[in-house]
Amino acid sequence: MRARTLILAACVLLLAAMPALATLLGQPFYIDLLRRVMIFAIAAASLNLILGYGGLVSFGHAAYLGVGGYAVGILAFYGVHNGWLQWAVAIVASALVALAIGAVSVRTRGIHFIMITLAFTQMLYYLGVSVEEFGGDDGMRLKAKSRFSGLIDLDDPVAFYYLVLVLLLAVIYLVHRLVNSRFGMVLRAAKSNEARSRAIGFSPYPYQLTAFVISGALCGLAGALLANHTAYITPAFMEWTRSGEIMFMVILGGMGTVPGPALGAFALLIVEDLLAGWTQHWQIVLGPLLVLSVLFFRRGLAGLLPGGGRNG
Amino acid sequence: MAEAILDARGLRKSFGALAATDGVDLDLREGETHAIIGPNGAGKTTLISQLAGNLRPDAGSIRFAGEDVTRLSAPQRAKMGFARSFQITSIYRDFTALDNVALAVQAHAGHSFRFWRPARAERALRDPARAVLEEVGLGARADVLAANLAHGEQRQLEVAMALATRPRLLLLDEPVAGMGLEESQRMVQFLAGLKGKRSIILVEHDMDAVFTLADRISVLVYGRIIASGAPTEVRANPEVRRAYLGEES
Repeated sequence: MRARTLILAACVLLLAAMPALATLLGQPFYIDLLRRVMIFAIAAASLNLILGYGGLVSFGHAAYLGVGGYAVGILAFYGVHNGWLQWAVAIVASALVALAIGAVSVRTRGIHFIMITLAFTQMLYYLGVSVEEFGGDDGMRLKAKSRFSGLIDLDDPVAFYYLVLVLLLAVIYLVHRLVNSRFGMVLRAAKSNEARSRAIGFSPYPYQLTAFVISGALCGLAGALLANHTAYITPAFMEWTRSGEIMFMVILGGMGTVPGPALGAFALLIVEDLLAGWTQHWQIVLGPLLVLSVLFFRRGLAGLLPGGGRNG
Repeated sequence: MAEAILDARGLRKSFGALAATDGVDLDLREGETHAIIGPNGAGKTTLISQLAGNLRPDAGSIRFAGEDVTRLSAPQRAKMGFARSFQITSIYRDFTALDNVALAVQAHAGHSFRFWRPARAERALRDPARAVLEEVGLGARADVLAANLAHGEQRQLEVAMALATRPRLLLLDEPVAGMGLEESQRMVQFLAGLKGKRSIILVEHDMDAVFTLADRISVLVYGRIIASGAPTEVRANPEVRRAYLGEES
C-alpha cells in the first residue's frame, strides 16, 4: 500500500509541476491539454461513484456536463458572470436533473437502466440542438469566463490549471470518503448482492438515488469547468459518444478504485492526443488499443499499481 | 397454546397454472423450531420467500407478533426482526467476512445516510460483528474475503449475518445444503445451541438435521401441508411415508 501511495503522490507532484515544466520546455500547449484531461477526470470520478461502487451503469453521464456547461453559458448570455453563482447553479441544476432522471431510472436494472439514462441524455442533447436562442446545433461562445470576485482569474491558463487540479483532488478525496462511509458501504453492498441487502434490512433505492444525485452534481461541476475551458458550449457536450468516453475512462482506469477514473482519463485522452498528432485515422488505432486494454487489464490501470485494483 | 410469533393463514401463490403454495396455514411459537420438509418442487422456497417478503402471496395473510405484515417488503420485515438465509448461499463475496457481518449490524443501526466517517473504523459496527463471527466459529477468518471462504464457512457466515441483525425470527432455507458431513454436523450443533433462544423456521432436506433440531415438523407436498406435528408423529404418518416413497420410486 505504501508503494502505491508513493506512486500516486508522485503523479500529483508531477501534475503540480507541469505548468512550470511546460513553460520550460516551451510547450504551453500541454497546460491546456492536461487541464482538459483533469476536467474529464472529474467527470469520470463522478461516474465511478455510481458505476464502479454502485453498479449503476449510467450511459448518460454527459448530460450533466451539458447541464453544467449550459448553466454557465446561459447565465453568461444574460450578463451574469459571477462564478460563484454560475457554478452553484451548474451544480444544483445538475443535481436536480440527476434527481429527475434517477427517480425514474434507479428503480430499473441492467439494460433498462442503461437505455433510460441514454434516452434522457439524448432528450437533453436534442433540447440543446433545438434551442436557437443559445445557438442550437452550433452552440454558443462563452463571452467571458466565470469571475470569482478577483480571487482567481480563469483567463490565466496556469491559475485555471491549478484550480482544476485542486478540484480534481478534492473530488477524488470526496468520493474516497463517501465510498468508505456507512452510506458508501450500503451502496457497494447493493452492488455486490442486492437480495442479501434487502434480506438484512437495507432498502437500496434511496441510497442509490442519493449517489446518483451526488454523481450528477459533481459531473455538473466538471461541465462548468469544461465550459470555461473551451469558452464554447455546444450540444456536443452531451453527445452519447461523450457518455461512452467517460464510461470508458472509468473502465480503463479501474472501476471501483479511487485513482482509477483519473488514470483512465489521462491514459485515454493523452493516447488519443498522441495518435491524432501522428495520423488522421487515429481512431482505427485507438479502437483496438482499447479492446486490448480491456482484455488484459481486467482491473484497469489501477490494478497495475502495487496493491492491486482493490480499494480500501 | 402460547401466542404465535408468526402466523400465516391461507397462503396461496401461483406461477401460471402451477399452484406453488396452495392454501398453507403455518404458525411458529416463540422460541420454537418449526421445520418444513417435503420433496423437491414442493414449494418450500416459495413459501419461505413469502414469509420473508421477497414474494407477495396471491391470497392469505401473514401476522408477525400480532401485526399484519402481509404487504410489507423484505427490508421492512427485516427491520421488524426477520432474518433469512438463502438456499443458495447469499453473501457479499467481494467483502471480508467481518465486513459482511458489520453490514448486517449496520442495517439495524439506524439510517445509513452518514457520508464521511469510515464505516470500517466504527467500533459500534465492528465489535458486535466480531462477536457474532466468534459465536459461529469464524473468528479466525474475519479478514478473509468471503469469496475465499470454504463452502461450509460461507454458510456459517450467512447464518452469522442473520444473527447479527438480532432477529426475532430466523428463516433458514437449507442451512446445511451442500455441506460435507463434518461441516453439516458442526452447523447442526450450532443451530441446536440456538434452540429455545430463537424462533426458527427451518427448511431442510437433511433428515438428521431436521429430527435433531425441530420441535415441530410440517410436511409440504405440491404446495399443501399434508401433515404437521411433533417429529415422532410425522415420522409415523402413513401419508408422509407415501409422499416420500412416491418421490423416490
